[in-house]
Amino acid sequence: MTNELDIFVGNTTLIDEDVYRLWLDGYSVNDAVALRVRSGILEQTGATAAVLQSDTMDHYRTFHMLERLLHAPPKLLHQLIFQIPPSRQALLIERYYAFDEAFVREVLGKKLSKGTKKDLDDISTKTGITLKSCRRQFDNFKRVFKVVEEMRGSLVDNIQQHFLLSDRLARDYAAIVFFANNRFETGKKKLQYLSFGDFAFCAELMIQNWTLGAVDSQVDDMDVDLDKEFLQDLKELKVLVADKDLLDLHKSLVCTALRGKLGVFSEMEANFKNLSRGLVNVAAKLTHNKDVRDLFVDLVEKFVEPCRSDHWALNDVRLFLNQYSASVHSLDGFRHQALWDRYMGTLRGCLLRLYHD
Amino acid sequence: MPGKLKVKIVAGRHLPVMDRASDLTDAFVEVKFGNTTFKTDVYLKSLNPQWNSEWFKFEVDDEDLQDEPLQITVLDHDTYSANDAIGKVYIDIDPLLYSEAATVISGWFPIYDTIHGIRGEINVVVKVDLFNDLNRFRQSSCGVKFFCTTSIPKCYRAVIIHGFVEELVVNEDPEYQWIDRIRTPRASNEARQRLISLMSGELQRKIGLKVLEMRGNAVVGYLQCFDLEGESGLVVRAIGTACTLDKLSSPAAFLPACNSPSKDMKEIPFNEDPNPNTHSSGPSTPLKNQTYSFSPSKSYSRQSSSSDTDLSLTPKTGMGSGSAGKEGGPFKALLRQQTQSALEQRGGSPHRFCRRREFPFFTLTAFPPGFLVHVGGVVSARSVKLLDRIHNPDEPETRDAWWAEIRQEIKSHAKALGCHAVVGYSESTSICEEVCILSASGTAAVLNPRFLQDGTVESCLEQRLEENLPAGCGFCHIPYDELNMPFPAHLTYCYNCRKQKVPDVLFTTIDLPIDATVIGKGCLIQARLCRLKKKAQAEANATAISNLLPFMEYEVHTQLMNKLKLKGMNALFGLRIQITVGENMLMGLASATGVYLAALPTPGGIQIAGKTPNDGSYEQHVSHMQKKINDTIAKNKELYEINPPEISEEIIGSPIPEPRQRSRLLRSQSESSDEVTELDLSHGKKDAFVLEIDDTDAMEDVHSLLTDVPPPSGFYSCNTEIMPGINNWTSEIQMFTSVRVIRLSSLNLTNQALNKNFNDLCENLLKSLYFKLRSMIPCCLCHVNFTVSLPEDELIQVTVTAVAITFDKNQALQTTKTQVEKSLQRASTDNEELLQFPLELCSDSLPSHPFPPAKEHLESASSNSGIPAAQRATSVDYSSFADRCSSWIELIKLKAQTIRRGSIKTTVTVEKASPMSEGNFRNRSAPPCANSTVGVVKMTPLSFIPGAKITKYLGIINMFFIRETTSLREEGGVSGFLHAFVAEVFAMVRAHVAALGGNAVVSYIMKQCVFMENPNKNQAQCLINVSGDAVIFVRESELEVVSSQPPTANCQSSCPGGDVTT
Repeated sequence: MTNELDIFVGNTTLIDEDVYRLWLDGYSVNDAVALRVRSGILEQTGATAAVLQSDTMDHYRTFHMLERLLHAPPKLLHQLIFQIPPSRQALLIERYYAFDEAFVREVLGKKLSKGTKKDLDDISTKTGITLKSCRRQFDNFKRVFKVVEEMRGSLVDNIQQHFLLSDRLARDYAAIVFFANNRFETGKKKLQYLSFGDFAFCAELMIQNWTLGAVDSQVDDMDVDLDKEFLQDLKELKVLVADKDLLDLHKSLVCTALRGKLGVFSEMEANFKNLSRGLVNVAAKLTHNKDVRDLFVDLVEKFVEPCRSDHWALNDVRLFLNQYSASVHSLDGFRHQALWDRYMGTLRGCLLRLYHD
Repeated sequence: MPGKLKVKIVAGRHLPVMDRASDLTDAFVEVKFGNTTFKTDVYLKSLNPQWNSEWFKFEVDDEDLQDEPLQITVLDHDTYSANDAIGKVYIDIDPLLYSEAATVISGWFPIYDTIHGIRGEINVVVKVDLFNDLNRFRQSSCGVKFFCTTSIPKCYRAVIIHGFVEELVVNEDPEYQWIDRIRTPRASNEARQRLISLMSGELQRKIGLKVLEMRGNAVVGYLQCFDLEGESGLVVRAIGTACTLDKLSSPAAFLPACNSPSKDMKEIPFNEDPNPNTHSSGPSTPLKNQTYSFSPSKSYSRQSSSSDTDLSLTPKTGMGSGSAGKEGGPFKALLRQQTQSALEQRGGSPHRFCRRREFPFFTLTAFPPGFLVHVGGVVSARSVKLLDRIHNPDEPETRDAWWAEIRQEIKSHAKALGCHAVVGYSESTSICEEVCILSASGTAAVLNPRFLQDGTVESCLEQRLEENLPAGCGFCHIPYDELNMPFPAHLTYCYNCRKQKVPDVLFTTIDLPIDATVIGKGCLIQARLCRLKKKAQAEANATAISNLLPFMEYEVHTQLMNKLKLKGMNALFGLRIQITVGENMLMGLASATGVYLAALPTPGGIQIAGKTPNDGSYEQHVSHMQKKINDTIAKNKELYEINPPEISEEIIGSPIPEPRQRSRLLRSQSESSDEVTELDLSHGKKDAFVLEIDDTDAMEDVHSLLTDVPPPSGFYSCNTEIMPGINNWTSEIQMFTSVRVIRLSSLNLTNQALNKNFNDLCENLLKSLYFKLRSMIPCCLCHVNFTVSLPEDELIQVTVTAVAITFDKNQALQTTKTQVEKSLQRASTDNEELLQFPLELCSDSLPSHPFPPAKEHLESASSNSGIPAAQRATSVDYSSFADRCSSWIELIKLKAQTIRRGSIKTTVTVEKASPMSEGNFRNRSAPPCANSTVGVVKMTPLSFIPGAKITKYLGIINMFFIRETTSLREEGGVSGFLHAFVAEVFAMVRAHVAALGGNAVVSYIMKQCVFMENPNKNQAQCLINVSGDAVIFVRESELEVVSSQPPTANCQSSCPGGDVTT
């Protein structure tokens, strides 16, 4: 006796959160059943494995049918086939678009192309996330990217509007889109210590200050592309390290202000010129796409690592960076104060976030 | 009464991509009604077209309005090749035809394609302007309200319950026409969908005509089914109960405005039937001409032709007379007096009693209090027919005759039980190739005639105020004569009133009456059975089936009885026995809700007796089983909280003497009259029910008894409307459909293996349901409806539809609430004399031998001149079997004293509250439609929505869909295919209800789910037929807010019930 056909359809679509999670995690029906059995559900409910199997199949089928709608969440709200209470709809969408930290770190900043998709096998092996789940997450990134890529208006708002995500998740997606569009390198070994949260934090600051949208809210791609003009202008900052007088003056201003306040004062004093050169050169190089991609590598190499090797405390870094950016205002010969603030304001935030073990 | 139909196509959304190049669609819409077609402009390159069309106007007859569906086709425009169809929407405009229902249909409808399923949605607005035209020869019946609900709809009051209406139309099945060889599956499916839609409309119109003729204004308990007979045709048939309903808000009882051509009708007064046994007349009866004044087939150009079962096999016995034919005696005389006085009252217009129904059947399962006087027991009849021997397959006559035969049998069974009416009546078929089993069943009952005639209601109402009756427990008392019992039963004095006799068990097909006193809770009881049958052709096959049927019925009955005893209960409600025929087997599935009625005696236990007492180990085994059974009974009693008060024997009085030898039933087969089987279906032994274990079969039976697992704690289940013993429902409901198909391995095809498989299938299905719905605990599965079909040799399909309702465990029983409901329904009560009448009547009425009808029938069948011998041979007469059924038919009903309390005062308040909710609801019902998000539409097989009040009935929903696929694997196999289809069907029902302005479907039923697959060809096809009543409901919590406002607009909004606009 075999079940040839076995379905259950409710007027209100039944959603089992646990099974949904298993489905999202990419488990096959049999694996999902095994996992459910292990969770002790049989003992709690007195059900048999066959019942569990049938139940799991039903849910999987429902999710499979819902998946098409989840690709365009507003459709889920307006469709007539599945009657789902709004709170459940929100849950379905939110969970579907949720992603694994381990996975997102692997693809963050990569081109969301077929090539990357082929590498998902390796990512799956490396992260232990099922290939199916990897594909879903990748496709989500790509889908969101495609939809909002060339849209005007705030990136986060656009994502929220078209995918009905929570604010939190929409912000994360904004970061993913921003990184994918600018192809920031995040996979280098020395960047491995950074979490997605670190990058997302930086992305948000950069979107707020370094994109076209930061100056003009009425342009296409405003939040996705960096402000080219701004990047060009950054070359002007070079004078801060190229002009020896200016560099010395800057150093003395910072040292005077921080003397006695910094745990690593002598190290700072010895390293000031290197650090300053590093930071300013990063800015000056941003005209080239290649160097934009290496932004985070450069920041870590030129700033985070030297400081870390000298055992700067985070507070020391904060004090230094505050003073370092503020002191420029006292340099009379320097004319690009606004540019400096736009650059350094964001960079300071990023560096502080990036500075950890 | 012609009318103008106006249609506007507003917009579309989520359309599929039809042009791969642009990923867009150039959509336009064709709107078709009858033979007229309009088109919208093409809306280029959009998946969300905004047509905003003009109003398309169709000027049509109301006859067409009733028959035809509005057909909306969405197409993709193609300059160079033929336009591609995206999909269709059929809209039944019937709800717009009665004044009280919807006024406009407006909303988003899923665009449906039989191959691709739902493909986007379309926004449509439909209106109808009707012109009054008092053409007395009209063929339409606009204005007659239809309800699927098998009780008096909540916001109405029954003025008169007229009785049984039925109709049947036949047409060639498009799937079997020659043209089907050359057309696409899509074209074929659409032809079928459209045909069934047309036939349903026609059927409904014809039934409506009959209702008007009876001077009713509504059909309640309307059940429409279709039979796919294959080569011989497609039959759509319907039964229902004609009523005159009155909207509760209107102050006076309304009589239907005169709009029926009743003047043409002859008055047929109560027929003094000269022949007490009515079986002598066959289809060729001279009484045939006593039919309607119009012959409906007259003016129809359509192929389908109409039927009138008025080939009356029987002289008409007065239904209202409350008597079983001639035996009616004094009772009848009394009734006649009553009606006559009523007649005089009404100024001597004799036409009002134009025609008494020949079949005193009622499809209702719940009744206004006082309506049901006695319940006799279940009556059923089955008949095996051969479809390929229908002489004139395109005409309905043969089928009409078949059904008439069965109905006649049912009627005579009821009579044998001393009952003049059958309630909870239903009909069904099971078809396999050319063999068809027709079945009918119901509950024999004695009814209060007051509801069956008009003119008396007003006085009844007055009477109600005067009389303060003690509770009558009449309705659990036997309607037949205890000395001439039609079957053996153990009678005792009623445990409630101790005056009248009651049987030891009672089986019925109706819902538990609202005022019945029940101890503890009820539970779902099922009997399941399979029997192998040799594959055979034609007559041999039919004979084999008819030979098996009595044994199946017997075993099903035994199983039910055993299980009932095992549960410690004494009555079954909502009993439904389905016999399904397949190529090589027969399946029987009986479902019912067991309860403990306080008026009936405590059931005895089950005793096991071994046949070989000298075998020690065997003995031990038997005693072990016995212990297990006793434990189970004790456990069940605890589980269902059955603890009846102890009553000592003396109070009950001396036991009634056992009925004499006639408790043996004579049963025979019409084919083999020489072989007389004697079956004793009586299980009326006083103390215990003895099960003899003499072979392995019996062992199996005992085992299977014990394998039924009770639902997990927190769960209850029943197949009636509500669970006896639970009434503190909370508002969460979940209606669902579950379908399972199992494949039997051909190796293990023995009866036992088959039984086990089938049993496991049902049990596993129930277990799955309990598991799936565990988040709703504590909850009850209500109206659990199992349907079995045998789509292929080794496949068994079980379809279940039910609703899970949560209830509050802690909250005290809301007795007040139920009493309000009771009092609401209670239109009149009967006085004691009336209640007892039939009992007395029966004592002199029943002939000395209890089963003359069976015998007579045999004789009449063989000597029947109306049927040519050849034909008779083919249609295997299975009719006599039904007589046996009447034996296992048990009875009675109970009415408790306590329930009579507190009615009239509450009634007043409730009635006052209802109109204003209606008035105010209009204003609030508008917003949800305008809202862009999808409004929630509840669906339930019940006639009510817990925690809410139905304020308006918007019309009947009756939809038929076909879905086919040629890419089964790609759609997720059979399960994926059917899952999607069922979900789509729900969606389309909801969309139609929402477009009518409703927010729920009550009395929802999936009448058919025919699934066929061909995995080798990667194909599958499924047909689904659903129906229900679209309603507007208001949550009770909201209602309170509403009713605190001054009732200003209540009178305008509430149309008087009898006001039929035509």
